[in-house]
Amino acid sequence: MSRYLVDKFLYTVDRDPELVERYRCDPVGTVEWWERNQANLLLRCHAGESSTWLSFEEEERAALRAHDYPKLYELGAHPFLTLTLFIAMFERDHPEPLGFQREYASRLSPWLGRPQPDITT
Amino acid sequence: MATIAAVIASTHHPFYYRASTAPAPERPPFAQEWVGKVEAFRQTLTRARPDVLVLVGSDHFHQLWLDSMPQFLVGSAPFYDANWYNEEREFGLPRMLLTGHLGLSRHLLRGGLDAGFDLAFSNELRLDHSVTCPIITLRPQNDLPVVPVYTNIFAPPLPQPARFVELGRTLRRLVESWESDLRVAIIGTGHLSLELGGPRQFGPHGPDPEFDAKAVQWIATADVEGALAEVTLESLWAPGNATHGFMDFLLMMGVAGDGVKADYVDTLDLFHTMEAYFTWYPEAAR
Repeated sequence: MSRYLVDKFLYTVDRDPELVERYRCDPVGTVEWWERNQANLLLRCHAGESSTWLSFEEEERAALRAHDYPKLYELGAHPFLTLTLFIAMFERDHPEPLGFQREYASRLSPWLGRPQPDITT
Repeated sequence: MATIAAVIASTHHPFYYRASTAPAPERPPFAQEWVGKVEAFRQTLTRARPDVLVLVGSDHFHQLWLDSMPQFLVGSAPFYDANWYNEEREFGLPRMLLTGHLGLSRHLLRGGLDAGFDLAFSNELRLDHSVTCPIITLRPQNDLPVVPVYTNIFAPPLPQPARFVELGRTLRRLVESWESDLRVAIIGTGHLSLELGGPRQFGPHGPDPEFDAKAVQWIATADVEGALAEVTLESLWAPGNATHGFMDFLLMMGVAGDGVKADYVDTLDLFHTMEAYFTWYPEAAR
């Protein structure tokens, strides 16, 4: 399980305007590039001091490649990080205010009445 | 010694800035009522004539991150830049610059550490909307020095609810023991029931109106005992997955003092979440 790394992906992409657009347009390429070149970067340190052990589980990688936010929710990705990034990528495709946010809630509706998956890292 | 001019607890809603500053035709239908309530709330701070603000909030994964996550952190810097790219993007929030008050920061850090809170500190902290929303709503001229205090309500494992209350009590004692002639307002923002990134988000009102009604009652009467009898880290998931922000209200109840009724209480039932505003005047109670 590498829930922390999924959160790290969402966090680092969300705070970078260029990466937000790149992930929107090319999710498969962005996830592959990020896992190869960014996943082990220790934030605020130069690349010579990177970590050596971080990689996605296959279902995490697949969920990120597919923009599959219901799956990310199920896997325990931090819901605030997922929501913020996905609003940045897809709110623009919904003409009515909060249209994307409501669709997002609706796609998660099978979780109504059930506990949220654990998000502890 | 310093005077506590006001204790203020509030929800923070990042949509307020845009709702209140957009050209009239673009404002949402509830904007006028919302602005009216916020401006009345603002008067409660203005009346207190504060010289310095202690601002309690919670970073939303902006500067604080999972590679070294503090539970409680005090800003200790001469200035604080504020608001982040993704808050400009999503909420239209402006970039801001707040002035710090290093003397009070150092007093709270030293005193907090000696009182049993192993507080983290930051000498270069960019603040987010949990702290800038109350500046926008309560002190838009942004003319007072501040000390930000961040709590972790966001990234489990979290401190226990009782710990938030105890930190609030400690902050109050520390401000009251600060050798200064200044008038300090302690302002904290949190949430009532709230869901973000889950199936109950962005509904016609907050995800759990029953919790909200109870919570408003607890806060308005600083009913620490009643709140702590029902609220646990586990129970807070039920009203909505972001409801742990209520613990910042618990902290402010600790500042206000157990059982001390708020002098000002107002609420506004918005889509998505309930707004709630509380002010205490400790001087008047003496």
